[in-house]
Amino acid sequence: MNAIIVLVEPEAQGASEVSRETLTFARDLAARAGGAPVHAVVAGPAPDEAALLAHLGEQGVATVHRAVDDRLSAYAAAAWAAAVVDAAHSASAGIVLAAGTPRGNEILAHVATRLDVAMAANVVEVDGVDPLVVTRQVVGGSALEEMRLDDAVAVLSVAGHACDPVPVESPSHPEVTTYSPTLTDTDLVARVARTEEAAADESAALTSARVVVGAGRGAGSADGFKDLLELTDLLGGALGVSRVVTSLGWRPHHEQVGQTGSRIAPDVYIACGISGAIQHWAGCQSAKTILAINTDPDAPMVTKAHYAVIGDLHEIVPAVNEELRARLG
Amino acid sequence: MANVLVCIKRVPGASGQILLTEDEQAVDARHVGWTVSPHEECAVELAIQVAAATGGAATVLTVGSSDALEQLRDALAVGCAGAVLVEADTQHFGPVDVAESIADVVRAHEVAGTTYDLVVLGNDAADTGDFQVGVRLAYALERPVLTGISTCEIDGDTVVARGDGPDGLEVFEVPLPAVVAVMEGGVSPRYPSIPGRMKAKRAPVETLTDSRKPVGSGRVRLKLPPEQPSQVEILGAGADAAPAVVDLLVKLGVVAK
Amino acid sequence: MATVPSSARVVVIGAGIVGNSLVYHLARLGWRDIVQIDKGPLPNPGGSTGHASNFIFPVDHSREITDLTLDSVRQYQEMGVFTESGGYEVARTEERMEELRRRMSSARAWGIESELVTPEQVAEKVPFLDPTVIVGAFWTPSVGVVDSLRAGTIMRERAQELGALQVVATVEVTGLDVEEGRVTRVRTSGGDIDATTVVIACGVWSPKLAAMAGAHIPLTPAVHQMISVGPVPQLAGTTGEISFPIIRDMDTFCYERQHGGDMEVGSYAHRPILHDPEDIPSIEQAKLSPTEMPFTADDFDPQLEQALELMPDVLGNPEVEIRYAINGLLSLTPDGAPILGETPEVQGLWSAAAVWVKEGPGVGRLVAEWMTDGTPEYDVSNSDIARFYPHQRTREHIKARTGEAFNKTYGIVHPGEQWASDRDKRLAPMHARQREQGAFFFEAVGWERPFWYASNEHLLGEYGDAVMPREHEWDARWWSPIINAEHLAMRERAGIVDLSAFAIFDVVGPGAMAAVQGIVVAQADVAPGRVVYTPVIDERGGFRSDLTVMRLGHDHYRVVTGGAHGMVDRKWFADRMPADGTASVVDQTSTYTTIGVWGPRARDLLGSVTDADISHESFGFGRCRDIEVGSLGVLASRISYVGELGWELYVPMEQGAPLWDLLHAAGAEHGAVPVGIGVYGTTGRLEKGYRAFGFELDAERTIVEAGMMRPKVKDADFVGREAYLKQRADDPATVLCTLTVDDHTSADGTQRYMLGGEPIVGRDGSPLVDGHGHRPYVTSAGSAPSLGKHLLMAYLPPDQAVVGSQLAVSYMEQLYPVTVAAGDATPLFDPANDRIRG
Repeated sequence: MNAIIVLVEPEAQGASEVSRETLTFARDLAARAGGAPVHAVVAGPAPDEAALLAHLGEQGVATVHRAVDDRLSAYAAAAWAAAVVDAAHSASAGIVLAAGTPRGNEILAHVATRLDVAMAANVVEVDGVDPLVVTRQVVGGSALEEMRLDDAVAVLSVAGHACDPVPVESPSHPEVTTYSPTLTDTDLVARVARTEEAAADESAALTSARVVVGAGRGAGSADGFKDLLELTDLLGGALGVSRVVTSLGWRPHHEQVGQTGSRIAPDVYIACGISGAIQHWAGCQSAKTILAINTDPDAPMVTKAHYAVIGDLHEIVPAVNEELRARLG
Repeated sequence: MANVLVCIKRVPGASGQILLTEDEQAVDARHVGWTVSPHEECAVELAIQVAAATGGAATVLTVGSSDALEQLRDALAVGCAGAVLVEADTQHFGPVDVAESIADVVRAHEVAGTTYDLVVLGNDAADTGDFQVGVRLAYALERPVLTGISTCEIDGDTVVARGDGPDGLEVFEVPLPAVVAVMEGGVSPRYPSIPGRMKAKRAPVETLTDSRKPVGSGRVRLKLPPEQPSQVEILGAGADAAPAVVDLLVKLGVVAK
Repeated sequence: MATVPSSARVVVIGAGIVGNSLVYHLARLGWRDIVQIDKGPLPNPGGSTGHASNFIFPVDHSREITDLTLDSVRQYQEMGVFTESGGYEVARTEERMEELRRRMSSARAWGIESELVTPEQVAEKVPFLDPTVIVGAFWTPSVGVVDSLRAGTIMRERAQELGALQVVATVEVTGLDVEEGRVTRVRTSGGDIDATTVVIACGVWSPKLAAMAGAHIPLTPAVHQMISVGPVPQLAGTTGEISFPIIRDMDTFCYERQHGGDMEVGSYAHRPILHDPEDIPSIEQAKLSPTEMPFTADDFDPQLEQALELMPDVLGNPEVEIRYAINGLLSLTPDGAPILGETPEVQGLWSAAAVWVKEGPGVGRLVAEWMTDGTPEYDVSNSDIARFYPHQRTREHIKARTGEAFNKTYGIVHPGEQWASDRDKRLAPMHARQREQGAFFFEAVGWERPFWYASNEHLLGEYGDAVMPREHEWDARWWSPIINAEHLAMRERAGIVDLSAFAIFDVVGPGAMAAVQGIVVAQADVAPGRVVYTPVIDERGGFRSDLTVMRLGHDHYRVVTGGAHGMVDRKWFADRMPADGTASVVDQTSTYTTIGVWGPRARDLLGSVTDADISHESFGFGRCRDIEVGSLGVLASRISYVGELGWELYVPMEQGAPLWDLLHAAGAEHGAVPVGIGVYGTTGRLEKGYRAFGFELDAERTIVEAGMMRPKVKDADFVGREAYLKQRADDPATVLCTLTVDDHTSADGTQRYMLGGEPIVGRDGSPLVDGHGHRPYVTSAGSAPSLGKHLLMAYLPPDQAVVGSQLAVSYMEQLYPVTVAAGDATPLFDPANDRIRG
């Protein structure tokens, strides 16, 4: 049985969680494929090689292919892919896996292209091994696709949280093979030149703010924004309002969030007294985390939010402000 | 002057609950209509910005049925100067087929005198989520490729592109010509104006036909995941919930401490 | 998952503007234990209210719709959710200006302040509108916008404060149980509710809900496209929702309406896009909301260009972006009117559907009043769900008619305009003959009715100018001088009239007499063989119908009524049959056809084909009996709606054509001609002062006001008797009169002929107001060829309702002198009714 090889992404404390999930996934797949060995391939710097190796042992990895080359100091997808292809060859791998992270998908796309085989992105389940049929996420995870892979080598990325990372009962002691991958200059053209701090926008314009405090009809009147503005200040964010607020003349038009206003994607959106009409939702749904404060537990904004506090914003927001002031000193 | 080719795909609009066609081979768009993905909206915006900054032109391309003219016109309406429709029966097209089809056009246009210094695409198609058309296209054209890019600009013969990486914002400097796959979030796609819309209506669209025998996508069928109930976590009620709210904000890393 | 109570006094399904307003008014009228449910979340459950453009132009050509709109505006104002902006309907063409002048007529008739203004006046208030594109405008200062979602919340809250209402959102109706013809239960995703009164106020979903109970709400979801562009620099400095008047660009079927910093452009110009209620997505399946369908840009592009012409500075700005664009769903009905009232199929199941935001609160009040005591303040006959005949409830008919009507939303629609689609659906048995006779067909509830016959064109030469030719195209549209020629031929010789469109139903059983007696105003306890013409009124004394009743036997009455309101009349009777089952209603509409023969030669004509004694002595007026006509058995009824000697002849449908042929063959030597409905419905009756339901008569009019009082009121009780007695004792607040037009000459020398709906004013143009606070308007207008006059009917203030009173009619913004010729029902032609006696 051909081996399964997994591209592992190192992080500070060893292998990333999604990589460990992928190793567990690979182990299950290997068991179904007649007990094929699971190999790992690691390219680029690893902050803690020992912890990384321990993680791989926990996951029952048989062999670790450790690509070593000075030119791998900065990330370059094509070079990483070259390293994976070399390792896959030496492992005689029939399946190449990586976590469905941006890097995992990018590298596997290069690998599949180089091997001239198909790639299945964001796989959540294996439906059959002969032929190999997998289920993978499509339409942003809203739908699933059963996909058949008939090539000599199958290239799959595994969607995050497709399974839990489960250690084997007795950790293995992986054999570590260090190798120097075949790299060309072309492989290194598209590499990270430098890394910048994510730009912190102190102007807190609505669309670039990390935190947006949203206010709807629940604000009550043009005078009902004092506490909301204070919360905005305390969090260094921006105030956004629903259409009705600007229609009523309580706040200026440019503060409107929604289909006809700004579309925002902050880290946190705190929706205060906003029912969550579709019009508004269209503008705020890209927020990474939504906290709704609303008197109605059935309001769409509450049911769609990640977190919610039930009650009147005019009681809750001042209390939050006070708590924030206390903690901020 | 940089000429930019931006590739888009006509896909069903988003909704909370997906409908599938009866043969389970596609998403049923009857209630949601058709659109392009947010990544591609940003790709179009970047293409227009890059073209404008360098005095070049942005051309929009799609591979698909003639219905995709609607999406081409949308891109024309926001500032693309030209459009190419590669008419093909894409039902059985896989990423390899799409990449080859685009590559054929890029090469043909080059022969005809138009070089696209930059080809931009969405990071992944909103419907199929393959994450590979850009990479395969780059290999076909023997060009460098970047994915997950939020912003880019042209500096002489180089494209300077930025995208989120594990350690912050990664900056790439890649010689032209290049292929860039765009991730949403770096630019705000503009909406069409009425004059733009009217201009788009009259703009000519180059129509080509691709009758290749597709490699295919490997699709067996589509299915729907089990329904997820509301995931909201109620932190509490009334003013008493304030500490829990602040705890959350701290956890999310938005309280400057 | 929300759960519902297990029972309720009434369940209102739908929390849009209609449902919300209805629960409030029911609560206000004393109802308790009201349960309101909606499958969506509040305050915007995802129906048409949620994406409504929310503006209100009060002036409509329909009196009832205008009343409902004005009532709604008052309610919105009282709730503090109305913002007055003013509004212009702009004209790009002279033809449209003429229509705006006609709109002025309606504004004056309904007492709404409006004026015609110049392009420059428009540009003064709307500086970003290009005045060179338009030729003028119709300005209504009371136009405004409302917050219909807020209004809904306020109305629900008010009902809740009264302890009357429980609202359950996010539960979906899965079934409606019907037992013995009555609704008994609403099944929902949150449990079942026992209730014997259920209201469907579900807008575009209503047909689907009604079908669950085996009922029909014949509407279709239809697309109205709307885009929102912004941010508009010209609007940036404004506060609130709206600071500039709303523009209706009538010739392009578009509107432009400020919404905060954006401008909304809506259109009724695109191709009709009709959906099926079953195909509306769920909230989860929808992109925005279930009724905000994906925008189809190609359909809207032509409108963009036209909108751009009108507002180049705003809409031509490349920085102003199209940020929101929808194919919004709204409800359209085959005749354009709302669908209100108890369904004829299922007792206790009510409809409150196909209502716009501008009428919502008014309709809520009206339906609540209707449900409470059966007598809403405004006439509902045009909105009554019972009005539809079976073919009018079919999906194909609905789609054909709504598709045709959609582009007339802002259209110039002539009052006589006929439908082009889905015609030839109810054909008289003699239809083929009528085609040979060159009939020009008008449609009435599906029936193809000859309005005049081209075969009578030769009569024009015979009567010359007595046919009162009309020189203005508008006045002569959907009209022919042949009508007047047929009229004169009938008055001189005889006319044969197809009356197949009558609705006919029998009341049978041992309790038939008592049942009929309790419904009609006139004495129904008459001998068999008698024909009674009678008003039918409601508890408040308002007209619900006027019809004829034949007593055919001891236990057998036959009711004959106009086709237009026949189904409503049938339900009115059926609803009032005795509970013990001793009388019942049997529909005979499709069983019998009717042919009228009238004129001084009618007796000669009929006598030549029957051996029956039809002399006046033997067959007097107001009698009916079976006679043999040739080899046909005919029920002959001696009455007249045209004021001539003659009979209505009833035969089985399949013998209609033979009878038609027989009468024509026999009539030739008497000079009889086929006569169309143009005579029967207008000229003949106007000369005789006969009132018509739907024109002079409706639920807001009384027998006294209509001048139709008989000397005595029967002793037997009947619906509305008490109110009627009181009305008789009081002085009327308004009086129906017949007026003659004294001079038809317009400012440019053209002779003009009013068509109906025009305001009656003082000679100097000063407004008149009757005792109800209403302004007089023309209820019917038409030629009186035998008098050589153009006649108008109108309810006038009592002090003006005197013969000889000198007034004026305002037609297309010009005054024409008129004189009151009858202050009661006295016929202007043959006032002693000698001719009927023959």
